[in-house]
Amino acid sequence: MNKEPILQVRDVTKAFGGILALNRVSFDLYEGDILGIIGPNGSGKTTLVNSITGFIKLTSGKVMFRGKDITGRPAHKIADMGITRTFQIMRPYYSMLAYKNLVIPLFSPRAKRTGGWRGGGKLGDRDTVSIDILEEIGFERDSYVPYKLASTLPTGYLKRLELARCLALKPEMILCDEVFSGLSMSEIASMIPLIERLQMSGITLIMIEHRLRELFKVANRVMVLNFGEKLIEGLPEEVIADARVKEAYFGSEEAKEVMDHA
Amino acid sequence: MEILIYGTINSVALVLMSLGFALVYGISRVPNFAHGALFVITAFITWSLLNTLGLNYFLSIVLAIIAIGVLGALIYQFVLIRVRGMAISEIIASYAIGLAILEGLRWGGFKGHSYRLPVFIEGSIIVGDVPVDYHRILTVVIGAALVAFIWLFTHYTRLGLALRGIAQDERASMMLGIDSDRMALVAMAGGAMLAGLAGILLLPLGNIVVESGYNVLTMAIAVCIIGGLGSWMGAVLAAFIIGFAQILSVVYLGAHYQMVVALLAIIFTLILRPSGLFGRQKELEERV
Amino acid sequence: MEQRRKERIDRGVKVRSDSIYALMSWRELSYLTVPRLLLIIGMLILPLVVTSMYWQRVISIVCIYALLALSFDFLAHYTGLVSLGGAFFIGVGGYLTAIFNTTFGLPPLVSIPLATVFGAIICTVLLLPCLPLRGVYFAIVTLMYPLVFARIIEAMDILGGTDGIMGIDSFSNRWIEQYLVIIVVLLLLFGLRRLVNLDLGLIFRAVKDNDQAVRASGMSITNYKALAVLIASGMGCLGGACIVHIYMWTGLSLFALDFSILPIAATVIGGAGTLVGPVLGCLILVPISELLREFGTLRIVFYSIILVGFIVFRSEGIMVYGQRKYHQFERWIKV
Repeated sequence: MNKEPILQVRDVTKAFGGILALNRVSFDLYEGDILGIIGPNGSGKTTLVNSITGFIKLTSGKVMFRGKDITGRPAHKIADMGITRTFQIMRPYYSMLAYKNLVIPLFSPRAKRTGGWRGGGKLGDRDTVSIDILEEIGFERDSYVPYKLASTLPTGYLKRLELARCLALKPEMILCDEVFSGLSMSEIASMIPLIERLQMSGITLIMIEHRLRELFKVANRVMVLNFGEKLIEGLPEEVIADARVKEAYFGSEEAKEVMDHA
Repeated sequence: MEILIYGTINSVALVLMSLGFALVYGISRVPNFAHGALFVITAFITWSLLNTLGLNYFLSIVLAIIAIGVLGALIYQFVLIRVRGMAISEIIASYAIGLAILEGLRWGGFKGHSYRLPVFIEGSIIVGDVPVDYHRILTVVIGAALVAFIWLFTHYTRLGLALRGIAQDERASMMLGIDSDRMALVAMAGGAMLAGLAGILLLPLGNIVVESGYNVLTMAIAVCIIGGLGSWMGAVLAAFIIGFAQILSVVYLGAHYQMVVALLAIIFTLILRPSGLFGRQKELEERV
Repeated sequence: MEQRRKERIDRGVKVRSDSIYALMSWRELSYLTVPRLLLIIGMLILPLVVTSMYWQRVISIVCIYALLALSFDFLAHYTGLVSLGGAFFIGVGGYLTAIFNTTFGLPPLVSIPLATVFGAIICTVLLLPCLPLRGVYFAIVTLMYPLVFARIIEAMDILGGTDGIMGIDSFSNRWIEQYLVIIVVLLLLFGLRRLVNLDLGLIFRAVKDNDQAVRASGMSITNYKALAVLIASGMGCLGGACIVHIYMWTGLSLFALDFSILPIAATVIGGAGTLVGPVLGCLILVPISELLREFGTLRIVFYSIILVGFIVFRSEGIMVYGQRKYHQFERWIKV
């Protein structure tokens, strides 16, 4: 690969009090790739997403997006550049209908510039655009679901709503914080083609997951974090084969079984 | 020297004023805006027992503090328990209760110069070259003893540990069989008693006036915010910082600035360091 | 034993759509307009019905409290910023109009709008650093602002010190005074109701529901919060400017807690989050408080108790209750 990486993370360190949540983590990400990040609980995965997207201030280190230094920029400016994220704990705008949840991001400067997902510059009627996005992401267009109050939606739809909120910005990159967790097998099965479609349309993805089997199906590269440090990064097959990963993460028999399937 | 002595006394007074508020907030997360009212009403109850019923001073103090503890518990049991978790309702409800108590007292004729509590020990002593009355020294001693007592109580007794458990993680403590509501009730009663004790200790130094209820509330909030809510040592240290800042401002700027200093301290603390000087990360997330 | 539960069924018009009404008959038209017209006409003829000067003055005060209550309700329930600093807005607006009027000699009808605009800007700039705070902390800071300003004015003896500024022009005619405040309240009430359902209102509600997601959507929450504060403080300053011209005096009592607490009580009693509720609450609370004036401070005791009662037993407020009864049939059915 000789092209310029879309995202360069260099020696990112974050300390909470005396605890190092992230310790000199570096990686490159190329356009159109899906990077899976795995690691035991508390290994700093969500902190990494927070620090790339500007939700927390880094202790030290640098994040570059398309060659531009975005370290320390406010979260909304980073989102405006096209780096969007989902939240692990889904909190939709409870008091609104599901499709109105998508109208909100359509008000952002970026959506106005890009015309929203699939938009070609000019933003049409926001309600229509948001229903379009919901259909794209797997809400049935003519069903009543998009017109239900967001607080009444089940987990599966909320996860999709999170992704849809990112899509409304016409992002260049999405950082997914555990979009598979809490979903049933069939729901995940229907999410995977969606992720692949997003990748084909040119979006770069970072996926944090605990569901390894599914992640290894879609990811091009996988990075393993352990206690805030990068253990290994490489192709999925390399990561599976690595002894250190097995030791740190796949210690149990059950997990090995998962690996064999993957 | 004068600044040092009066700064210390003022700081201990602030510690006493804010202990009750800090206790209630720390354990039940209810900002008890009736704190100032409880502070004042205890002094009036003591005064009434002392002068109207003619009881012994010590006995009336004990009775008044018990009464105020019961009042605090009643307030929690009948009002605050129903609005717990809704921060704004908590503030409005407790503030309304405080307002009702204070303005009720004012309506009941408790105003003017005749309401004074006697000091515990008459006389004064010259420390360095500054005269300090015994009562103030006693206040400092009792204040220090109280802080030590609370620290020991919360670290070494079953009830104290249960209270701290609730303060740190309510759900986990409930799973261990600690009744959160009962602990909050205990905390509220304890907080009310601390407020009352502070009132009895501090008010003999001047007239008992209804207005001091509002000032005490403001100071208690100031101390707790600056110290970081839920942090005991933080509250004590913050009390000393504000205490000395106030005395300095009185000496160098004029008496009017005493309150301004405290209020500006609240605002600047919240803006610059929302977790308070000694608060932890968890609280920061709540605030920002 | 036979068990029953209450069933609620929406009446026709409400059901059809969230925001678009398809009006099929005069009956449906009147179903929607009568309550609104009742309020408008009621407010407009109130000064004509009440003839005594004293009670007309009370109506003006009701309107000023209503402005504050509206601004509180808007900030708290549509933007998620609970401001206990109504007195701060009133004070800033009041002192500004006093300065414009006495120092620059501007007539009330010029100084009031000027005080509103500049007051809103001043309040917003001063509150700007507190905007990242949430919940109780924002409430406490805003509660402290009016106290600080009152103490600073007292301590530095500026702007008339404890005596206040006297000799401010009153309105040229008491009917102007009456109808100015009434029309302002009505306009702002319906204006705000419109605003919260527009695009901007939707974003405000999003900020209230989940500000992190709004940030992740590439919008600055501080800007939107500041805008909401600008609107709300403008309303407060307008109220303050009016009250100064009504009393022809400005002083430290403008920063008094009354202006912070009574509007909140009115909002709680009237029904939080309805915008009409707060106005209704003021229409009830302020006259009651005037009637009880002869009891002195006991009236504060009364309305504190009423307030606690409402918070504990009827936290939804009169308006939400009323709307439910109006829009829904209720009946008992067997389970």
